[in-house]
Amino acid sequence: MRHTKRAVTAALLTSAALVLTACAAGDDTGSDSTASGACEPAGEDVTLTFTSWIPGIEDAVAAWNAENPDIQVEVQTGPNGNSGTYQNFFNQLQAGNAPDLGQIEYDALPNFRVQDGLEDLAVCADVVAAQDQFLDWTWGQVSLGTDDQAYGIPQDQGPMALFYRSDLFEEAGIDVPTTWDEYRDAAVQVREQGGYITNFSQTDINQFAGFVWQAGGQWFANDGDEWTVELTSDASEQVAAYWQDLIENDLVSTYPAWTDEWNNAYNSGEVWTWNSAVWGANSILSGAPDTSGNWSVALAPQWNAGDALAGNWGGSSIAVFKGTDHLYEAAKFALWLNTSDESLTILNEQAQIYPATTAGLELPVLKEGVEFYGGQAIYDVFAEAASQVSPDFVWGPTMTQTYSDVSDGFKAAASGSSTLSEALAEGQASTIATMQAQSIPVAE
Amino acid sequence: MSAAIGPDVTSASRAVNPRGASRGRGAPANRRGPRESILSRTGAMLVMAVFTLYFLVPIWWLLVASTKDRGQLFSTNPLWFADFQLFENIGALFAYRDGVYLRWILNSLLYAGLGAVVATVLASMCGYALAKYVFPGRETIFNVVLGGVLVPATALALPLFLMFSRVQLTDTFWAVFLPSVVSPFGVYLARVFAEASVPDELLEASRLDGAGEVRTFFTVSIRLMFPALITVFLFQFVTIWNNFFLPLIMLRSEELFPVTFGLYAWNSTINQFPELRTFVLVGSLLSIIPLIITFLLLQRYWRTGLGAGSLK
Repeated sequence: MRHTKRAVTAALLTSAALVLTACAAGDDTGSDSTASGACEPAGEDVTLTFTSWIPGIEDAVAAWNAENPDIQVEVQTGPNGNSGTYQNFFNQLQAGNAPDLGQIEYDALPNFRVQDGLEDLAVCADVVAAQDQFLDWTWGQVSLGTDDQAYGIPQDQGPMALFYRSDLFEEAGIDVPTTWDEYRDAAVQVREQGGYITNFSQTDINQFAGFVWQAGGQWFANDGDEWTVELTSDASEQVAAYWQDLIENDLVSTYPAWTDEWNNAYNSGEVWTWNSAVWGANSILSGAPDTSGNWSVALAPQWNAGDALAGNWGGSSIAVFKGTDHLYEAAKFALWLNTSDESLTILNEQAQIYPATTAGLELPVLKEGVEFYGGQAIYDVFAEAASQVSPDFVWGPTMTQTYSDVSDGFKAAASGSSTLSEALAEGQASTIATMQAQSIPVAE
Repeated sequence: MSAAIGPDVTSASRAVNPRGASRGRGAPANRRGPRESILSRTGAMLVMAVFTLYFLVPIWWLLVASTKDRGQLFSTNPLWFADFQLFENIGALFAYRDGVYLRWILNSLLYAGLGAVVATVLASMCGYALAKYVFPGRETIFNVVLGGVLVPATALALPLFLMFSRVQLTDTFWAVFLPSVVSPFGVYLARVFAEASVPDELLEASRLDGAGEVRTFFTVSIRLMFPALITVFLFQFVTIWNNFFLPLIMLRSEELFPVTFGLYAWNSTINQFPELRTFVLVGSLLSIIPLIITFLLLQRYWRTGLGAGSLK
């Protein structure tokens, strides 16, 4: 049978070819990256690729493309970073076809840095010159604690403040707390009214990190050579003990955040306050629509009366990946995206992006009263909070694992079978183990 | 989905058919087999009822949730209707981002529909060749194919990504389409079915009449194998429709997303953009409709196919 023989040969050849391709692809991954270090214009028209999951960012990019025919940007998209896009970035870096630019949240930047996936933008004069436009602490998030490096351009931030039900506090005659001690007293009074002062979410480790940040704590430090892991630092333990006390005395509810029960607890008035970031304004608005007009925002409760400190929850940067041929153009675009009034206005309208630049916080759209918050100009509060965030907080290189380990412990603490402090201790141990397993130097 | 439905139907027809064959097919159910006690029968019905409920409640919830606006989603009974807003919600979903959702549905239909057709043709040819032609290495090839059934698609996604990167095919239609047209299970099924339903004598006759091998395959054999092909098509359609990991790794351009991946991407940003929640709910509800339609349309052929196979 001539036909079949020929077919079989073809089939075998094809599969052999596939195997060869696979081997070849495995051999020289990573060698595609160009020699970096120079930040010079290409001198010709370039097209950049940019991956982000922010809905509506295309509109800002379209505005850029209209004004810059020589530097066109193509937007690529995907799920939220931790839901797959970060993993894709690592795959693409390995395959040598990463996009030029990508959205990376502050807490994931060190991971990409440790894996050597990012270009240092500080070689570009424009970037260095633009540093003053950004809030100090947002720049600290992209310089990763160094003086002369920048592994991304800060895009947005999440300064934390206290969302509270002004109507309920007023009705019950309870003063809005300004310190964490007052907050606990208020919690007792609110409990007597049948409500909970807030919800301690077992899944929002980032919120907890924000509390530690406010308390002047650190979770990580990097001296350039070695990493120090400080999940169990004094400030961290202090915050853990505070919330442990509230949980044990049934002064806070413990719904998993972002679930229906959680939304309903806020919508029904069962829970009275939320210590959240600026983007939380939108979460309440859409999760608890029946409470329109009843919310207000105040600066976060302080550990010591008279302090003026705020934590941060969230925020992201635009980074340039190793291997790009167009560092200059990419940096130029990233700067425009995150500093121009035009872009920041579009991003705020489309996706409630809260800018990382000082000028951005003065955008007209951020000065208006918000109907849902009884007409309060809530963004003034967040602008003040943004100026109170400590610039020293550093994220570790294995945050995904740290989050999941600590979150396991927090779940146990919420159900009463463990404590927050134990969760942190376990997180500390497993984080060090993970870093050592990846040959990341850890100071003991 | 395929896993839940496939084995159930198969085992049911296997269990019924031997008895049905010995007593005549149309025999009323109560005269067939040994009498069961009322107790065990009620027990069985109860178990089935519980499982039916278990499978249907989430779909019911999805249906109800899709008809509510965002506020009512949390404040009203999750299993019963409030103000009926389904059509407003659908309208808003279709309008969002210039109707990108409709684009995703079309993409899914293209990936799954076209992919399943091509996969079916390829699998049937391959299975047929393995069944009807004797050549050296036949069993080896068949065993390799059979081994392919055991490798989960997820495990292949990353190597495929590296390969496609190499030939610069990532983030294209082909990146999702090409891997979808391979169905080892289809080859297996086609081979078994071709052996059982295509008589060698018929092939001899058609050769004597002067038809070439290819022509014989497309005019004679493929018709005899039709029920099996429908099964392969259905399996592959559902597999591609539900395949999520491959698009996640391969695709970056929104206009190429299949609907499952698009909805996942939206769902992953709900914390930041809560207004997407309604779209995810309504989108999920609408996205199961094509699957249901395909099943209802092809179910008749499919069942005939399985029955015929088990009788041989």
